Amino acid sequence: MKSLISVADLSKGDLERLISRAIGFAEGREGPAGNLHGKTVGTVFFEPSTRTRLSFELASRRLGAEIVSFDLAGSSASKGESEKDTLLTLAAMGPEILVVRHHADGFPERAMEWTGRAVVNAGDGRNEHPTQAMLDAVTLMRRFGTVEGLVVALIGDIAHSRVAGSLMKMMPVLGADVVLAGPPELLPEVSPFPVAGGLDDLLGKVDVIYLLRVQRERGAETDEEYHEGWGLDGARASRMRPEAVVMHPGPINRGVEISGDVADGPRSLILDQVANGVPTRMAVLAEIAETLR
Amino acid sequence: MIVIVGGSILTPAGIIRSDVLVVDGVVASVQSGVDTQGVTVLDASGCLVGPGFVDLHTHLRDPGQTWKEDLSTGSAAAAAGGFTAITAMPNTDPPLDDPKLLADVSARGRDIGLTDIAVAATVTRGRAGEEVAPLEDLYQAGARLFTDDGDPVANAAVLAEALRRLQRLPGGVLAQHAEDRATATGTARPAGAAEEGMVRRDLEVLREVGGRYHCQHVSSAGTVALLRRARAEGLEVTAEATPHHLTLDNGGADRTDSNFKMYPPLRAPHDREALVGAVREGVIDAVATDHAPHRDEEKAVGYESAPRGVIGLETAASAVWETVAEPLRFFELLAIAPARIAGLSGQGQAIRPGIPANLVVFDPAASWVPRQFASRSRNSPFLGREMVGVVRATVYQGRITHGAPS
Repeated sequence: MKSLISVADLSKGDLERLISRAIGFAEGREGPAGNLHGKTVGTVFFEPSTRTRLSFELASRRLGAEIVSFDLAGSSASKGESEKDTLLTLAAMGPEILVVRHHADGFPERAMEWTGRAVVNAGDGRNEHPTQAMLDAVTLMRRFGTVEGLVVALIGDIAHSRVAGSLMKMMPVLGADVVLAGPPELLPEVSPFPVAGGLDDLLGKVDVIYLLRVQRERGAETDEEYHEGWGLDGARASRMRPEAVVMHPGPINRGVEISGDVADGPRSLILDQVANGVPTRMAVLAEIAETLR
Repeated sequence: MIVIVGGSILTPAGIIRSDVLVVDGVVASVQSGVDTQGVTVLDASGCLVGPGFVDLHTHLRDPGQTWKEDLSTGSAAAAAGGFTAITAMPNTDPPLDDPKLLADVSARGRDIGLTDIAVAATVTRGRAGEEVAPLEDLYQAGARLFTDDGDPVANAAVLAEALRRLQRLPGGVLAQHAEDRATATGTARPAGAAEEGMVRRDLEVLREVGGRYHCQHVSSAGTVALLRRARAEGLEVTAEATPHHLTLDNGGADRTDSNFKMYPPLRAPHDREALVGAVREGVIDAVATDHAPHRDEEKAVGYESAPRGVIGLETAASAVWETVAEPLRFFELLAIAPARIAGLSGQGQAIRPGIPANLVVFDPAASWVPRQFASRSRNSPFLGREMVGVVRATVYQGRITHGAPS
């Protein structure tokens, strides 16, 4: 793997290998040896995301890399430099790997073409967030021992979510079944998966309820209305299968897509997801490092 | 384009309320709010919508006895019963022990185009039980299920050779109508003994040589016990039961209506109860009709002389619903498991976008009385009896093969 732009570029074998490597890092079986010793990772975030950037930087550090970090606030981007020039300038400082986030679909691929560097997509527009989907797979693998055969329900703002974009491509490859539910205006016009009319219709039937973050500026519904219709509260969670789990890519809106007691409850894997972010990104960076000369 | 509106859909996530849009033979979406302008609408209010049924055991009588049934009338009966795939049994005249013959039946079935017809081939030449048929060539011609149905393979050495050769053909399965002829026709006719004796022997052979074995139309409690043990042992055994053995028994005495005469015969109430338990818990994987058409005049010659067999395609769903009124198990028994056993692609799948549109709309609350059949014969034990559960529509390869749009 030379770059990671889309989960669609990964075969089932690629995914399984990366997941197993990530679990190795997470459980200390694979030591954070100096896979990236003497290398530099540049993080380039044209859209703010402290937690994803920190997770990548921590992963890079654990692998022995140096970090050069760029984020939009306080940069020359505000002084009229084009994004391409910004990237070329950063690339000229010598990082072998660029971790790129941008609000435009497809930007990381362009970054790869402009700079000729290895690029990891850290989220582009409404398109994809591959490492988030992969850390979710790592989380499920550690909980269930397999992803094959799990039924995963994605709930909420699917049309605008890059996390959903990557999950919908990755889950079928790993053998999971996907089903969707959410307010009609937030669903894809033609869904590649079955769409349930309501969250209540799915509760006792699925292994994973994956709640997507509600973008507060979107939609006509108030927070209370959304919570009533699509939020997972304690009463709904109690109707889930005994072993079923709740996931969310964060940051959560308590009382909107999820109630506080469910977020903090025994079904919640939300903090496991965060914890698996670093080893997952280590696995991705380590694998890319092996392709560098 | 067809849209199936207002039903409860069997999806990979279980039964959900939604609409199903079919475009160009494929399920295009499973979501509500489809624009119905210019689209054929099938109303599925109050209905279950699931994968079209798959039959592992259909006697189409073609070639050779087409006054009873032929590929056309059999296909029509299948569509009327909600089936999108059936398995033609090879005990025709001549028997299907020849790849050319098999290919001909397949091709004619495709031309009719009302249902997939998977053609089973014989295990032995001429179904004579002596020499193993050219299994490899028959497999090349499309056969996956191999059976001498009606005349079980009695010789253990022949059975062993067939099982060995089928292991080299991925998806190949030996299906046996296990019934020891000598015991079955003896005057004592001990209930189930003829079947159990042969199943026991077959399982011994299977233990020794390996392979995949499918037990056809299980009828006795003793066989259920043998199967349960064989599965626990890890043998590759699957089994089917018929709708009539699940819903009818001999009530302690032989019936005299020849529409109740079939092979294996109806057994005692405790046998039937064991079968019902076995299909509910999964010891028996699938329901198969053993659809066996005979004309009125053939059946009207008195019980003793009448030919054995009853039709079943058009009443199967109602009879199974009477036994297992649980949607997931219902579709498992009638569609998902049989498609898996027969290795049929594009059949027996939970509904999601992208799958071939082989679908059934089943109304579990409505009732009907079978009087007229699409089959050429009407030798049904359910003739004139009220049944609950109506097949409202069948969609095969994206075309409506049964039922009317609203």
